Amino acid sequence: MNTNEPAVTIAFYVFSALTLGGAAGVVFGRNMFHAALFLVASFFGLAGIYVLLQADFLAVVQVLIYAGAISILVVFAIMLTRQVERGNEWNQLRGPGLLLGVLLLLGLLFVLTGTQWYTGMGPYPADTVSTLARQIFGPWVLPFEVASVLLLAALVGAIIIAREE
Amino acid sequence: MAITLNHYLVLSAALFTIGLYGALAKRNAVTILMCLELMFNAANIAFVALTRAVAPQVLTGQVFALFVITVAAAEVAVGLAIVLAVYRQRRTIDATEIDLLKW
Amino acid sequence: MVAELAWLFILLPLLSFLLCVFVTRPYPRLSGYVTIAAVGATFLLALVAFWSVGNLPPDRTLESSVQWVVIGGSVLKVGLIIDSLTAVMLLVVTLISFLIQIYSQGYMAGDPGYSRYYAFMSLFTASMLGLVLANNLVLVFIFWELVGLCSYLLIGFWYQRPAAAAAAKKAFLVTRLGDLGFLSALLVAFNTTGNLDIRHLIDLAETKQLAGATLTAVGLGLFSGAVGKSAQFPLHVWLPDAMEGPTPVSALIHAATMVAAGVYLVGRTLPLFLAAPDVLLVIAVIGGLTAFMAATMGLVMTDIKRVLAYSTISQLGYMMMGLGVGGLVAGIFHLLNHAFFKALLFLAAGSIIHSVGTQDLREMGGLRRFMPVTFLTMLAGAFSLAGLPPFSGFWSKDEILLEALRFGGVGQALYILGLLTAFLTAFYTFRMVFLAFGGHYRGPAVTGDHGHDHGHGAPHESPPVMTVPLIVLAVPSVLSGFLTFGGFFGPFGEFLISRLSWHPHYEPGLDLTTMVLSAAVSILGILGAYAVYGAGWVSPEVFSSTFRSVHTLLVNRYYMDHLYNWIARRIVLGIAGLLDWVDRYGVDGVVNAIAELAVMAAGSLRLLQRGWVQFYALMVTLGIILLVAVFGFFGDIIAFLRG
Repeated sequence: MNTNEPAVTIAFYVFSALTLGGAAGVVFGRNMFHAALFLVASFFGLAGIYVLLQADFLAVVQVLIYAGAISILVVFAIMLTRQVERGNEWNQLRGPGLLLGVLLLLGLLFVLTGTQWYTGMGPYPADTVSTLARQIFGPWVLPFEVASVLLLAALVGAIIIAREE
Repeated sequence: MAITLNHYLVLSAALFTIGLYGALAKRNAVTILMCLELMFNAANIAFVALTRAVAPQVLTGQVFALFVITVAAAEVAVGLAIVLAVYRQRRTIDATEIDLLKW
Repeated sequence: MVAELAWLFILLPLLSFLLCVFVTRPYPRLSGYVTIAAVGATFLLALVAFWSVGNLPPDRTLESSVQWVVIGGSVLKVGLIIDSLTAVMLLVVTLISFLIQIYSQGYMAGDPGYSRYYAFMSLFTASMLGLVLANNLVLVFIFWELVGLCSYLLIGFWYQRPAAAAAAKKAFLVTRLGDLGFLSALLVAFNTTGNLDIRHLIDLAETKQLAGATLTAVGLGLFSGAVGKSAQFPLHVWLPDAMEGPTPVSALIHAATMVAAGVYLVGRTLPLFLAAPDVLLVIAVIGGLTAFMAATMGLVMTDIKRVLAYSTISQLGYMMMGLGVGGLVAGIFHLLNHAFFKALLFLAAGSIIHSVGTQDLREMGGLRRFMPVTFLTMLAGAFSLAGLPPFSGFWSKDEILLEALRFGGVGQALYILGLLTAFLTAFYTFRMVFLAFGGHYRGPAVTGDHGHDHGHGAPHESPPVMTVPLIVLAVPSVLSGFLTFGGFFGPFGEFLISRLSWHPHYEPGLDLTTMVLSAAVSILGILGAYAVYGAGWVSPEVFSSTFRSVHTLLVNRYYMDHLYNWIARRIVLGIAGLLDWVDRYGVDGVVNAIAELAVMAAGSLRLLQRGWVQFYALMVTLGIILLVAVFGFFGDIIAFLRG
């Protein structure tokens, strides 16, 4: 698929480690601020994965929206709720959650690896941005408009819910 | 060793599981929201990886991923607003203490 | 014709009862007259009935039956019978009732419950006459319970007094205990024979169709009813307490008639007992025991009515003993004589109480000067009770002793016991007489105030309305014993056995030894009482201190009341408590446990719905895992099954 395979392989494992490590940091970290920073790291790792998957536009969007906007929102929420001193506690479901999580992982791996995917349906487009644009403003234009309305509704709703009485 | 589709799918499953575990087992509502983002992203990896292998011409998976990101942004905005509202009312964002659904 | 008239015996007093309750209630004196007229009419009817029975050919009786109910195939016929036994009972009941109704006009004068008193007395007379007339055990039982009810109502006549209310309750409950046996006997007999006609049952018993365990059960049941009603040991405890009622009530119900109903019942159904000798033996022994025990208790009582009450129990025991050794004539003859002299004694005691306002013998004394008529009539009754020849009690007591002697075996022991009892009877009777009439007046100081406020004025003779019945009753008390030699229709015994539906064994004759012995113990008893209480040669304290333990035992009435209280409190209440516990924690516990189980199940299910979002998410995850498992691991099988 790709000419410089060893580099891709190394890059995949690095970005995977960054992604999963960040995620683990979010979950297992004790400090809320550190958790937020681990989240950002995880998002950057994902952006790298997207690049490896030749989804360059998505990689940019990932960095802009997730690592930029959403992380800032999360940090704001952490500061506004002033619960930092309580740390990032576990609840009573720590054990059952872990058990079910492992079971689900096993199940997913079993299904994902055991499935025969239809592959090689054609060449990958050279210019993903124009292809995406044609898709979104072509067959997917209605969902796109709905998504814009959704964003507007979310904006108004968030203001209404979060404002002081 | 070449990186195949399965590598990406396994990565996706692992990330999803980590996010799920956090969403189930943490008290802080903001952490739970962060974990939800992780799960969205796990889904996005699967979309993007599969569309590259299965439908490269139309890139449907990438379109979906874009929508997911849009919805996730809206979700985070509303979710955090709710967290703030609950915090103002009950002085806590401990998910185990927020049991308003009971009534 | 006369048989149909028998219903009037019941209807007339019943009518007077209804009149007293619904019409003449506001006019007390009228209630009294109505009752006296009704009972007087029944007395005349009784004379007619007696005359009719006497003129019947031998072995015939007068009967009138009506069909009452039909249950399935069995027809319940009830009816009235007039035979020699009934005729005697009718005369006794109506005559004594009549005299007591007259006497009550004086005794109950001014009582606010005057009309109520006469209403109850009418009802009692109706029920008692029904009891002696009934030819069917069901009918007997109904009237039996009715007289019990009247007894309850009249003992508790002064219901404002707690002691009277308690005594009424006690009498009702204790006799009910005996009636339980009576009722079971009826059920057993009906179940076996399908017919409760007395004559029918007697026929079955005499032809051995009713025998063995069934007959024994029936006999014991009937006798237990008689034990309760006639205050035999061990159910005698209610009768002394029943003295809380007005004294005429004690005279009529608790001396002459109702308490004799048990004796009457055993006499009426005697062939059943004759066919079951074991039961007969029980009757004889219980009768003898009761006679002796009650007489000993009578020795130490200080309440004049209680002395008479224990005397009544003792004499009823005598009658039971007579019947128990097979002597129908002896038992019924004693019943007749006892009815007269005991009614007389009670009425005389009532006259004393009316005059001095107390029942305590220790506060009387010297009354013979104040109340000569009462003194003389009571003396007649006392001689009769003591069994002094030739007074009536002597003759019937002799016959009972003679029957016991002829019975042999246990009978000889009972004979000795009977003689001993006769001595005690004479002693306590004259202890009472000497304490009441002898010596000097020991009551409150005699003042000039002589008014209607009894108990404060000087002792005085009662008005004629009370003394005339005393005099009338004194006549049979002295003379009725001579009926054994001859009457209107031959000697009493001959008359009694000749007009029954069965043939009792009867052997007339007198035993000189028994007569001498009986007269001797009677005179000894009277002399003994004179020595202690009349002349004062020996102080009674000498006896009570010498035999301190015996004296304590007697004063405490053999601790029978204590025993019953203990049983009621410990055993009955204990069982009740146990059952209460079982009900509360066993039965209710099961119900509550089911409810608790539902609550607990709901509680554990509630954990699934506690409004904790993360738990819901966990459940969703579980669901996903199960789906993955089902379709992942069993997908091939499912696909195979779907073809």
